[in-house]
Amino acid sequence: MANITLTIDGIQVTVPKGSTVLEAAKTAGVFIPTFCHDPELSKPGACRICVVEIPGMRNLPASCVTEAQEGMVVNTQTPAILAARKTILELLLANHPEDCLTCPKNGECKLQEYAYFYGVKADTLKGAKHDYPVEDDNPFIVRDMNKCILCGRCIRMCDEIQGKHIIDFAYRGFNSKVTPAMDTPYSESDCAFCGNCVAVCPVGALSEKGMLRKGRRWEIQKVKTTCPYCGAGCNFDLNVKDGKVIGVTSTDGDVNGRALCVKGRFGYGFIHHPDRLTTPLIKKNGKFEEASWEEAINLVAEKLGGIKAKYGADANAILSSARCTNEENYLMNKFSRVVLGTNNIDHCARL
Amino acid sequence: MNNLNEIRAKYTEQFQQKSKRARIVVGLGTCGIAAGGDKVMEAIKQEVAARNLDIDIDFTSCIGMCYREPIVEVALPGMASVIYGDIFPDKVSQLIESHVVNKQPVTEWAAMQIPEGRTEYDGIVTMDKSAYYEKQVRTVTSRLGRTNPESIEDYIATGGYEAIEKALSMDRLAVIDEVKKSGLRGRGGAGFSTGMKWTFVYNAQGDKKYAVCNADEGDPGAFMDRSVLEGDPHGVIEGMMIGGYAIGADEGYIYCRAEYPLAIRRLNLAIAKAEKLGLLGENILGSGFNFRIRIKAGAGAFVCGEETALLNSIEGQRGMPRVRPPFPANKGLWQKPTTLNNVETYANVPFILRKGADWYAGMGTEKSKGSKVFCLTGKINNTGLAEVPMGITLREVIFNIAGGIQDGKQFKAVQSGGPSGGCLPAEKLDLPIDYESLGAVGAIMGSGGLVVMDENTCMVDVARFFLNFTQNESCGKCIPCREGTKRMLEILTRICDGEGKVEDMDTLERLANVIKTASLCGLGQTCPNPILTTLRYFRHEYEAHIIDKRCPAGVCNALLVYKIIAENCTGCGACRRVCPVGAISGENKQPHTLDTAACIKCGGCVSKCKFDAIIRG
Repeated sequence: MANITLTIDGIQVTVPKGSTVLEAAKTAGVFIPTFCHDPELSKPGACRICVVEIPGMRNLPASCVTEAQEGMVVNTQTPAILAARKTILELLLANHPEDCLTCPKNGECKLQEYAYFYGVKADTLKGAKHDYPVEDDNPFIVRDMNKCILCGRCIRMCDEIQGKHIIDFAYRGFNSKVTPAMDTPYSESDCAFCGNCVAVCPVGALSEKGMLRKGRRWEIQKVKTTCPYCGAGCNFDLNVKDGKVIGVTSTDGDVNGRALCVKGRFGYGFIHHPDRLTTPLIKKNGKFEEASWEEAINLVAEKLGGIKAKYGADANAILSSARCTNEENYLMNKFSRVVLGTNNIDHCARL
Repeated sequence: MNNLNEIRAKYTEQFQQKSKRARIVVGLGTCGIAAGGDKVMEAIKQEVAARNLDIDIDFTSCIGMCYREPIVEVALPGMASVIYGDIFPDKVSQLIESHVVNKQPVTEWAAMQIPEGRTEYDGIVTMDKSAYYEKQVRTVTSRLGRTNPESIEDYIATGGYEAIEKALSMDRLAVIDEVKKSGLRGRGGAGFSTGMKWTFVYNAQGDKKYAVCNADEGDPGAFMDRSVLEGDPHGVIEGMMIGGYAIGADEGYIYCRAEYPLAIRRLNLAIAKAEKLGLLGENILGSGFNFRIRIKAGAGAFVCGEETALLNSIEGQRGMPRVRPPFPANKGLWQKPTTLNNVETYANVPFILRKGADWYAGMGTEKSKGSKVFCLTGKINNTGLAEVPMGITLREVIFNIAGGIQDGKQFKAVQSGGPSGGCLPAEKLDLPIDYESLGAVGAIMGSGGLVVMDENTCMVDVARFFLNFTQNESCGKCIPCREGTKRMLEILTRICDGEGKVEDMDTLERLANVIKTASLCGLGQTCPNPILTTLRYFRHEYEAHIIDKRCPAGVCNALLVYKIIAENCTGCGACRRVCPVGAISGENKQPHTLDTAACIKCGGCVSKCKFDAIIRG
């Protein structure tokens, strides 16, 4: 593909023809803030925080939807641009709850990040704010539409990646709101709670219910792993704090991008569940009784070995579980094929 | 049918026969009907039946003098048509008795006469000499008030569908060139060259193309497109056909706001009649050109007048503007190359084709050719529709055509271009009306609404009014417009309520400049204009509200204080009796007093007082 060369803030950069100014800026190492832009989704050019100045163009074009042209000169730091960015942030903050202290997205919020970067305070413009009730009548997602900046990423994610189009804009102007049809909560819509909307929300409007008050975002260690639930092989990040999994968030997976299903994203509650068995149980006289690991392993070895000796290796079969770690499942596979000598191994993801 | 010669001869003969018989024609545009035209029509029918008169009764659309509705035209054979204004049912009997039976026009009710080669009456001004029409030109509006808009026969008899016949005999590029040469620019307000736009769509690659007519007229005080659609629906259809032929489209859409039911009805009727004659459909006039038109009724969103939001709306999507580029010329309706033109733009096209680009370019200024239809509203004597040559001054339009300010009051400002336009003060009255001149002073040509304000208009309140409109109509897609209009409206409301702060003016200016430059679509980019122009030309009114806590025009209630001037008060008691809250007290024939704490500022006392003894300010 042909390349073009343009100048952004005095830096010459060569990018493939068809690139946007925003993409070119990224290549040039020039920072441009974005809210509605998402490289995986269509480009509405709506939030206007990414505006730049291009001599010869009317007004301030949005860099995310302006195609870079050969010889184009782009400025991202002029007084007009800074004024526009700061004003847009002021306008958003004027209609945004001032509760970063308790917000679950504190530390992972673009509005907070840019307000800090551009030095914009919350109370520059005062006026009416939305006062929607917070929606938390489902087990997975908390929706606080008071924090929504209407970037529409959740809508496009649901429509373009998930293919469900459960949500869209309703009402007009200042009263615009993202909602399922007829302004119902998620729980009354056809939403499958994949939570992919949460994954793309740049602010605190959508958050994972299970992670509320479990840890600040900067305290969380992200451990990239593969979902054990099915054979698709989606990647995600286990969110770990103090050695405990407190949630699952999207990562950039090879097969799934950021998309996950309800099980992968929200079905981690078993990991630290109090009902989970922590010692082996052996059924004696029709009742399970606690046993030591030594006793239990000896019993299993004796029974499996006995069956193998009497009926052959293929008389045994192993069924493993999605609720084990991938490492445990791997070992189970080795155990089956190498130790027991049978290929009779399967996993609940296949069921 | 390969040409219209035969039926044109027939219809022309029919049309000429009309003027050989006595006839009464009632103006039944929306304005005429709203003023009671349909009741007048009923009264005329009864009167004619009761007197057993041999006379034709017909209807037409609005001739433009909305301020004189209901308008009735009476024409006797060989005699000039007399246009009567303010004819209510109670005047019908006398009108018919005098003019039809006794052949004596009722001169004092007559607005004007239209000779059209017939004998003139004495004592009635002719249309071309009347104050309202003297400075007007009638092109797009030429059939308004003169033909029956529901009659395709009338349309064809007055040159209708000649232009499409001519166009179909021309090369498509030659048609575009003719329009380009005429200098016609978009009458929706943006003023883009129509010929250029068609060239883009002509050149765009696509197996299917569309011609779309933007009839989503939504500016407060604007009704040009409605009047044209109601008065000359075939003119718009013919314009679309020519556009469609030129760009290579076989399908057209008219996006008309649902609030215009009469326009939609007449369009539907016109389309059906044109289809019946084979003027719409397959192989039109044997040329191989196919064209069909559908009507899509808007659902009440102002922003759907923005071309890309309009396209979304036709597609059944939420009416929100798209990012441009790609422009509709390349990716428009259903991603196909599309031309979008305004009603008045299309209506001009048949005239350009028939009379030639040079004729059209002979009117107007260097860069703004032809004529423009304006709606004159506000505090003027003559409200209505006026088609004027480009380059005419605001003063001529407001003081000659519109007859100046009501009740002899002082002119204060004129808002050109609706909520996207600007408020211009008296010192801009000699500005020529053209795209560039209006743009240079912070206003816009817009679609053609001119709202005139007098000395009793508060300019802060006007800015608040327009912001309230745009705030309500913002689609919510982009942040500057969605959040910014809300905050600007809040600040303006605060100023009108007497709670403004000095820094509010700077904040307004700062917000306005960002919203103007950073918003996604035309609505956001132009909605600060009323604020910026009032701040520019009427800053002293803002300062009076904020610093002196005073509304100089006496409009903003929170800032008004009612006072009785003792020297002027005769103690007649009229104010005391009308006051609904008993805030005025006093003995008869003694000066009264007004309790400002109890006063609810309804203004009843001021209008009752005959001695100018009560002031508000």
